[in-house]
Amino acid sequence: MAQDHKLEIFRGLVKFKSNTQKIWGVLVFLSLVTAVEVVLGIYKPEALMAKVLGMKLLNWIFIILTIVKAYYITWDFMHMRDETKGLRRAVVWTTIFLILYLVFILLQEGGYVFNVYDKGYIKSDF
Amino acid sequence: MSTTVVTTETEGKTWGGGNEPLKASYGKMMMWFFIVSDALTFSGFLAAYGFSRFKFIDAWPIADEVFTHVPFLHGQELPMIYVAFMTFVLIMSSVTMVLAVDAGHHLNKAKVTLYMFLTIIGGLIFVGSQAWEWATFIKGDFGAVETKGGNILQFVDAEGHRVALRDFVVAGEHERVQQERKNGLWFVGEGSLPSYTVEDVIHGFEANDNLLIRTQELTEDGQKTVLSRAESLKQLKANGKLVVEGANLQHNEYGSPLFADFFFFITGFHGFHVFSGVVLNIIIFFNVVLGTYEKRKSYEMVEKVGLYWHFVDLVWVFVFTFFYLV
Repeated sequence: MAQDHKLEIFRGLVKFKSNTQKIWGVLVFLSLVTAVEVVLGIYKPEALMAKVLGMKLLNWIFIILTIVKAYYITWDFMHMRDETKGLRRAVVWTTIFLILYLVFILLQEGGYVFNVYDKGYIKSDF
Repeated sequence: MSTTVVTTETEGKTWGGGNEPLKASYGKMMMWFFIVSDALTFSGFLAAYGFSRFKFIDAWPIADEVFTHVPFLHGQELPMIYVAFMTFVLIMSSVTMVLAVDAGHHLNKAKVTLYMFLTIIGGLIFVGSQAWEWATFIKGDFGAVETKGGNILQFVDAEGHRVALRDFVVAGEHERVQQERKNGLWFVGEGSLPSYTVEDVIHGFEANDNLLIRTQELTEDGQKTVLSRAESLKQLKANGKLVVEGANLQHNEYGSPLFADFFFFITGFHGFHVFSGVVLNIIIFFNVVLGTYEKRKSYEMVEKVGLYWHFVDLVWVFVFTFFYLV
């Protein structure tokens, strides 16, 4: 049976000869990213403790690396790369939009409750 | 896509599933949409965790101090090593799964069998590791005292190293015994009592001059606040209410009980997914061995459970980040 898996990752930078090879390549990449996360998590470099957009730079790095991992798991392990554009967008865009919305609302509200506690239950003193 | 195998004999029946506008079979597409809804469930939980964490942003437990154990390496502080291992096991079993799917495309029964088997083993190792992680978390490590207001007071020495209750507290005479259904009111029971009373802890604390108390509050640089000796004694005597060892849904020696609640709920829900994934994999494994898909000339079923299995891995990647790293 002819297989037409798309065999290149990193926007065509790396192209594998077979699907099996691509799987191992993605594994190496995912392990590498996890290793970086663990090392950063253990040593917590002082330079990455600066606050960016209300959160530590280190935490942003963790979240971005997680999304990178999620991308490769979905695209290569779950073969999203080989699905039609319609299916891909129906699944990915819907999920991402709803999750961003939910996370924004809840985190915003959590921060607000913290402030109310922090300032002795007075939010604005006219 | 020829990667999508047409399995059902519905070709030509436009309203019977034969029409595939997205070039994915009905089963596969429904698996994708199930995954979408399950992803939203998980993100609901994780976002709720984020809400509680933002609400108590200055007093949340530091994950590095909570999960420091590795099996067979007693008394060593190795934060993250074991979860990293668990993550790797799960990613590895994802790889064997996708290799099984690939072998299925080539109708190679022997290889599918082998890779499915390895996937199941990986899943079992992961569930076992999670059980061990839970057991360690429930058993606890150093012990702490809970205040009237529900805050946690932990004990440190002058250098700031954690000190376990068992190292300085001598258990006194216990008047209070655990109430069981058989010797009290038949409809009232209670969990096992802590090994020490708050009085025991106060005596032990007074006898050791180098001990200090660490509160839940985080300082500017993300460390827990350590009180002075006088402050410590005052806090302990005025507010100490209950000795806490380990964690459950009501009390948590590591800090906010919410942390334990979310930990149990989210990793539990994920562990349940892994467990059901293993069960599905076993069913499919036997179908492969029996040659069901060989006869069908299509291993698409392997692909469908594969999707579910990868999704479980995908969720773990996020749980790992938000519980252990951030």
